[in-house]
Amino acid sequence: MQIDWSYAWSALLKNWPMFWYGVKVTIAFAIVGTVFGFLIGLIIGAIRAIPMDPLDSTFVKGLKKFGRWITGFYIWVFRGTPMMIQAAFIYYLLRPVLNWNPITAGFVIISINTGAYMAEILRSGIQSVDAGQLEACKSMGMSNFQAMIYVVFPQAIKNTFPAIGNQLVVNLKDSCMMNVISVTELFFQASSIAGSNMRFVEIYFDTAIIYLILTTLTTALLNFIERKMLRDKEEEKKPIFREMSA
Amino acid sequence: MSQSIIQVEHLKKSFGSQEVLHDIDFSIEKGEVISIIGSSGSGKSTLLRCINLLEIPDSGSIRFHDQDILNSGLKPTDYRTKVGMVFQNFNLFANKNVLDNCVLGQRKVLKRSKEEAIRIAKEHLEKVGMSDFLSKPSTKLSGGQKQRVAIARALSMDPEVLLFDEPTSALDPEMVGEVLDVMKGLAKSGLTMIVVTHEMQFAKDVSTRVIFMDKGVIAEQGTPDEVFNHPKNPRTKQFLSRFLESTQANQTEE
Repeated sequence: MQIDWSYAWSALLKNWPMFWYGVKVTIAFAIVGTVFGFLIGLIIGAIRAIPMDPLDSTFVKGLKKFGRWITGFYIWVFRGTPMMIQAAFIYYLLRPVLNWNPITAGFVIISINTGAYMAEILRSGIQSVDAGQLEACKSMGMSNFQAMIYVVFPQAIKNTFPAIGNQLVVNLKDSCMMNVISVTELFFQASSIAGSNMRFVEIYFDTAIIYLILTTLTTALLNFIERKMLRDKEEEKKPIFREMSA
Repeated sequence: MSQSIIQVEHLKKSFGSQEVLHDIDFSIEKGEVISIIGSSGSGKSTLLRCINLLEIPDSGSIRFHDQDILNSGLKPTDYRTKVGMVFQNFNLFANKNVLDNCVLGQRKVLKRSKEEAIRIAKEHLEKVGMSDFLSKPSTKLSGGQKQRVAIARALSMDPEVLLFDEPTSALDPEMVGEVLDVMKGLAKSGLTMIVVTHEMQFAKDVSTRVIFMDKGVIAEQGTPDEVFNHPKNPRTKQFLSRFLESTQANQTEE
């Protein structure tokens, strides 16, 4: 067991165009997966968090129940199976119908997969918003939907920002599972380089370092944003403590 | 009878097996300022929340200008627009500044233009003495300031009736006055109000009618003079005794 450090370095430089291509695809997958996963999660999370309103008609109540059941099923399936299996199964299942390329299929799958995680993050975020906020909206005649869009969602997103950001880091790494459907992301590229040079240890070492740099930079960026938001939040809290001491 | 803005009949509400409101009848007419007093757990806040449909009554009827609200005479959202509410915990929109708190409902519910909504919001913020704080985040205000903004927010919707649910109970003592002063001004201007309160002096001085609730029923109601100076029900006497003693003590001190 040993690593040829100088080979690791020279191979990185020599194969950099291929690595770089993989990095770009990986970043694209992380961003697309997180953004669309977030949007899916927002919708699914809202369906799961909307309280039963006694004023609803029987039809709306039934619709809400069905919505909860179907979204629960979606979350159960996509969090309960590996993304690699989801990618392979869905890509090959729909290829005859959609005739899609691996990149498109990969974007769809990573978004749906992230959506399942985001749904649970955002559901808890929505439920953490004080019930008085919704009551205030209703008391002035706003619909449930308006209350969600203008008052509840902005607060829920702010409260859950760290968990949302964490999904971006997870997606940077987990996009490597897309190699199973031949998406040319970083790990796929690394495998090609390693295979053609028959040097696995050094190439995968290089790959690990690149992933580490990507996740470290992303984490630093997220921490920076979070600290900024936290600073605002702490200032907000002061008057609340005063009220409680009263 | 048709003069009433809101008319409540045989209203009942239970939480689980506990009946909180037994058979409440009452109505409010234009320009009235009704104070609802009573000890904690007497059902006064629940009654107020039922009037705005934040709680749904189990039985009975609520009529708004003779339209039955509970049996789909009027859409709940349309009805609520006309009946404003000020909460004990303010419930200002935490993601919005002072001005936007007062603008949001006007834009989205009343569909007013941006310019008009801002003009009306500023007008009401001026009235409650908060026009110097337009762009301040609502979370950074003191309790008294929050409640004044909440009142301006409710007024911006031009409600026919404004409900107050213990508006000063969550405030530091030194902030109670500023909120009560605003409410006194509103009462004088002719706004129709229902106020659930523990501020007996306010109830006595400002309201046109006082309702004393006890164990889920209206035990006594009448003019402030009738209820405070000549209570008939022994429970009313008992409840008010502490307040009357303290005011008498103040008077002798002076």
